[in-house]
Amino acid sequence: MASAVEVQDLVVIRGKKTVLHGISTAVPEGRVTGLLGPSGSGKTTLMRAIVGVQRVHSGRVGVLGHPAGASALRHQVGYVTQAPSIYADLTVRENARYFASLYPGVTHRDADQAIRDVGLAEAADQLVRTLSGGQHSRASLACALLGNPRLLILDEPTVGQDPVLRDELWQRFHALAAAGTTLVVSSHVMDEARRCDRLVLIREGRVVADDTPDAVRASAGTDDLENAFLRLIRQRNEVAA
Amino acid sequence: MSATILFSTTARVLRQLTHDRRTIVMVIALPLVLLTLVYYLFQNSPGTFDRIGLVMLCVFPFVLMFLITSIAMLRERTSGTLERLLTTPLHKLDLLFGYGIAFGLLAAVQAAAATALAYWAFDMHTAGSPGLVIVIAVADAILGMALGLFFSAFAASEFQAVQFMPLVAFPQVFLCGLFVARDQMAGWLHALSTVMPLTYAVQGLQEVGGHPDPTGLMWRDLCVVVGAAVLALGLAAATLRRRTG
Repeated sequence: MASAVEVQDLVVIRGKKTVLHGISTAVPEGRVTGLLGPSGSGKTTLMRAIVGVQRVHSGRVGVLGHPAGASALRHQVGYVTQAPSIYADLTVRENARYFASLYPGVTHRDADQAIRDVGLAEAADQLVRTLSGGQHSRASLACALLGNPRLLILDEPTVGQDPVLRDELWQRFHALAAAGTTLVVSSHVMDEARRCDRLVLIREGRVVADDTPDAVRASAGTDDLENAFLRLIRQRNEVAA
Repeated sequence: MSATILFSTTARVLRQLTHDRRTIVMVIALPLVLLTLVYYLFQNSPGTFDRIGLVMLCVFPFVLMFLITSIAMLRERTSGTLERLLTTPLHKLDLLFGYGIAFGLLAAVQAAAATALAYWAFDMHTAGSPGLVIVIAVADAILGMALGLFFSAFAASEFQAVQFMPLVAFPQVFLCGLFVARDQMAGWLHALSTVMPLTYAVQGLQEVGGHPDPTGLMWRDLCVVVGAAVLALGLAAATLRRRTG
């Protein structure tokens, strides 16, 4: 299967701290890849490097056949940061329509559709600063769905969402993947790992596991993903020691 | 750059303002209040308001636009919207000129209101046309805005951003010839005032005040102010980095 993203020996140093210690991985096209790991493990930094907004020390990040951050990618990559980066002093609809205007051929109607897709139709004319945390991040997600990106990078999109909405969002992610979009979704909740087609587990800036959920379970010898990750981390520590 | 993105960005900035009515009212009303204060301050010394009030017409919009834009740009940076915008097809200049046009329009309304008050209510006299006063005041407001966009890059918080205002604006106001005529300043202060763009806006206004027709010096001053604004916008564009650490 073709890869939408290829990362080779990526090293990122922020300040004096090495955040990513030579990461290599590949993200398959048209699949949902979960980026999992505890808070501070380097998930966001890896995502920023894929989007091309992170200064990297060494290594290579290729995205859809271009180096990450190339101007040709700006029509093709959607990015939702952890902090919902939309305008708090505009309504949801005004935000969506503004971001829609940045992509050629994307109309007001597409913007309204994206708002419905994330379940915010009722709140479309509400100022973003008056939304709840979960609504706020869904509004941000709606803005990333505009322009029909080939690659969607979503940093913890389900945080603060109620279980029903979280389920709906995951169904939407898979629907998008079925239509050919590649998704990279980060989470620190292991419960979400089982919903991914492929998993990349990161800990302290290193890849601990990079496989399908089934293969991860099999190699750790347990059916529970949370336990599987714990075992893999312990095995790794023993090898290192 | 793209005309569509430029205009939708302008519209977006204006729309944000319309959700913040109090800011609009303050931007328009504040210079009027201060101008009124200055008028009554010099009520008993004839001719002084013609001189000081005129200069005030370009000092207020300069300072105010500097503050407003530096905070607006800082918000784009800290809220993450800037980083997001830079991952879209938007060009840096679409963003900067979008702000420029939106706040420039606001500045035009502000300058027109303040100029109207000065001429009609306070009977200010200039040899030249009030239209030229407005043109210079708007150019100066755009300069303040461009400097605000640039200096916001060096502020990590609102606390820092507001302090750039006295740092950048006050020395220019002190040395522009308002308090002490420039040819009476110590040599090094005179030299400093020569490299400060506000000096030229004030000189341009003084030319309008003293001459019935636009003078060559006035046009040169206007060009210096606009040139400095373009330079500051260029520098501001250089501070918008797609990749950060």
